Amino acid sequence: MSENTEPRENTGPRRAAAPDPDRIRAAQATDVEPEPLEDDADFVTSLDTAGGAHQPSAVPVSTQSGALPGAPEEESLLRKIFTGNGIVTILAVLLALILGGFLIAATDEVVGKTAGYFFARPTDFFTAVWSASTRSYVALFQGAVFNPRGTGAVGQFSPLMETLTIATPLITAGLGVALAFRAGLFNIGAQGQIIMAGILASWVGFALHLPLGLHLLLVLVAGVIGGAVWGGIVGVLKARTGAHEVIVTIMLNYIALYFLRYLLDTDLFQRPGADTPISPIVDPSAAYPLLFGSQYRLHLGFLLAIAATVFVWWLLNRSTIGFEFRAVGANPKAALTAGINVSRATILVMTIAGGLAGLAGVAQVAGTEKVLTDGVAATYGFDAITVALLGRSSPWGTFAAGLLFGAFRAGAVQMQIQTGTPIDIVLVVQSLIVLFIAAPPLVRAIFGLNPRKKKAATAGKTKQAAITGGAA
Amino acid sequence: MSTTATSPVPGQPQQGKPQPDKNRRQAESAKPVTWKLPVTLSVLATVAFIFFGLLGPQATAKFGVSSGGDFFQLPAIEVPAFLSGIVLSLILLGLAGYALVLKARQNQRPPRWLPAVFTVVFVVAFLIWVVGGARTPSISLAGLLAGSVTLAVPIVFGSLSGVLCERAGVVNIAIEGQLLGGAFTAALVASLTHNPYLGLLAAAVAGALVSMVLALFSIKYVVNQIIVGVVLNVLVSGLTGFLFTTVMQSDPEKYNSPGELPNIEIPVLSGIPVIGPILFKQSVVGYLMYVAVIVIWIGLFKTKWGLRVRAVGEHPQAADTLGIKVNATRFWNVTIGGAVAGIGGSFFTLVAIDSFTKEISGGRGFIALAAMILGRWNPIGAFFAALLFGFADNLQSIVTIIGTPVPSQFMAMLPYVVTVFAVAGLVGRSRPPAADGIPYVKG
Repeated sequence: MSENTEPRENTGPRRAAAPDPDRIRAAQATDVEPEPLEDDADFVTSLDTAGGAHQPSAVPVSTQSGALPGAPEEESLLRKIFTGNGIVTILAVLLALILGGFLIAATDEVVGKTAGYFFARPTDFFTAVWSASTRSYVALFQGAVFNPRGTGAVGQFSPLMETLTIATPLITAGLGVALAFRAGLFNIGAQGQIIMAGILASWVGFALHLPLGLHLLLVLVAGVIGGAVWGGIVGVLKARTGAHEVIVTIMLNYIALYFLRYLLDTDLFQRPGADTPISPIVDPSAAYPLLFGSQYRLHLGFLLAIAATVFVWWLLNRSTIGFEFRAVGANPKAALTAGINVSRATILVMTIAGGLAGLAGVAQVAGTEKVLTDGVAATYGFDAITVALLGRSSPWGTFAAGLLFGAFRAGAVQMQIQTGTPIDIVLVVQSLIVLFIAAPPLVRAIFGLNPRKKKAATAGKTKQAAITGGAA
Repeated sequence: MSTTATSPVPGQPQQGKPQPDKNRRQAESAKPVTWKLPVTLSVLATVAFIFFGLLGPQATAKFGVSSGGDFFQLPAIEVPAFLSGIVLSLILLGLAGYALVLKARQNQRPPRWLPAVFTVVFVVAFLIWVVGGARTPSISLAGLLAGSVTLAVPIVFGSLSGVLCERAGVVNIAIEGQLLGGAFTAALVASLTHNPYLGLLAAAVAGALVSMVLALFSIKYVVNQIIVGVVLNVLVSGLTGFLFTTVMQSDPEKYNSPGELPNIEIPVLSGIPVIGPILFKQSVVGYLMYVAVIVIWIGLFKTKWGLRVRAVGEHPQAADTLGIKVNATRFWNVTIGGAVAGIGGSFFTLVAIDSFTKEISGGRGFIALAAMILGRWNPIGAFFAALLFGFADNLQSIVTIIGTPVPSQFMAMLPYVVTVFAVAGLVGRSRPPAADGIPYVKG
């Protein structure tokens, strides 16, 4: 990346984080569509100033383009996928929301009726499409960020708190997946790692009775160890036998799940007198303290998630081990030649990744749920993959993506209650976002932003660098 | 991202004797004879000796062979569980010892038949141990096997899809999505048209469409194939879940009552004990499974088309030089694979259960992936691996009924443990197609 593109690169990705669906639609309607979008640089600024809707994230540019310090500009394929540019991120979110809106509208009853007399009064049809999709997204926003109809400040802000609560396991598990990605490993196993962490943490939580402080610490340590061991197994198998980590992690997910079900069937874990597979409630001394009193569920785990993000950022960008991880991820053979112990790095990165996912398990058991059930991991482990992909495997990107998906999940519950739109729409939108982000040329083509249209070759070059954040 | 790290372990003696294989690359990656297989076998054999042998139950295990509809009846097989446990685990120890000796003395791989025989003996010993320890030590072998095949059908189709894609060099993690998409579409179309056969056709189309997205993103946009696959699974799960809630549940009579594909019995042949119900008493999807396995095997290994596909998967540059359109071949292979998996998905809604529910495929796409690897990227191997998984699945539910000391959750866990063992040790000799997962960019 050349010096003169640096400032623009700053503005692009920084605006990428946590765009709220509601404002984006407004921005799309007013700013984006009428623009001919010939000039990419103008487009960048036009979206940047889109009503000031997008809060700047704290993503450091250095972590966004994951180039190794001193490495040549040519990047591995993996890196190309996981890094990219802010503008494509925004457009991808936008496009996914629009497609999701079409899906909501397509199954809406009013839309169906108005489509019947489309040629008589097409306006009815378009109004119905618009209102069906916006109604859902407004409900989603109200359930995720701010509910003006809530009772008092507590009620109005409780959606935001709920978002942060749900984002907590997403962020930590997402960090685990992202860290492994950076070392070139696909950690599909966050689900199993969360479960194993939940098992150990909950057992320490309800079976041992220790003084305040020490108990919670032990719960935390137990959970992290549980996740780390489960992740470490993958690392060891990969390093020692070459077993592919995707297969091993998928299998370990199932093994962990059945192990959990077995345990919940035994006297050791099943709550005395309960018919359902559920563990006793963890001791109060083993639970995370609530951050804002008992009216919100938000707990200490969220602060730990922030701490984990800082830790991963430090690990990747400031530590020798992190440098080795990235070197192995960029080119294992070159790393081996350079004297890096690839096996050790593989085992270590999977162990740390498992530990991070384990933190998510602790957040579930000691924070949100306070008991162990066979749904302890919900789908957090799988969502973590999309979170890491959306966050381009950078720590703060993952943090922001975790917040966004946390908002989706929290809002979707309200959306289903208010408008009857099923929660599954969130899965569709999430996966579409990641698909689009992974294929920037597709998004650019859809929005007519293909770099081929450049008039002057030199000017075009600079602008394209701006568009791709210097990573392409 | 290549699929398997074939980097030789540092310090491992590079053993000289070249393989008789023509392919140099293959010979290279297959050269180091590792301790993995002998050690794994020894561990398993020891486990078998302790549990199935020494700690084996004293009862007599009874296996019913004939079912009511057979045209001649065979007596049930009765086996003393303890004695047979000892004998079989000694055989296992012998096989493992043979592998160890081969490695230690001559640094040779065990012969090809050894892991297969080991697996079969192990499964038999395990079965006798489980049944012998049960409260009612008697099961119907015919029912067990027939049920296994039934449960294996979607897994077989899924793994065939994986074989077709990966032989052409595209990693297909989206099998789960293809199965689910097929299941949903089959239910929807069959309900709307009142014709399950149209549902079957629509399932193939749906699976192919899911696959085309995979092909588009991984071939045209060169997105990492594993990412696309993972995301596609989420997408299909979300889409089908959304449409299930909004459309199907609004009027289940109209949208979610597909009707069943009938079981077609071939006269006389279906009366043969044990193999009759397996081979000649199936639904259309079941027969299609056998046809698909054979056709894909012949196609891949005995035709010009198959040679080209494998060339594309092994060495796309060479294939391109010879005038094979690499990316077009990959695109169509992935699409056909999706159609095959889609048919497998229709099994859920048209044969097993006559309606769609959320996540009806229940992770079988991932098991199919494991079956493909266990079957060494070979249709017939994948078929038997899938049968093994179906067997474990069925055994689990039977064992819950007859009541064994083994918790059913551990039985359910078994296929996954076996797969981990397999990818770590037992399939050490097999390797994925060389260009598997690596996009081909011309020039």
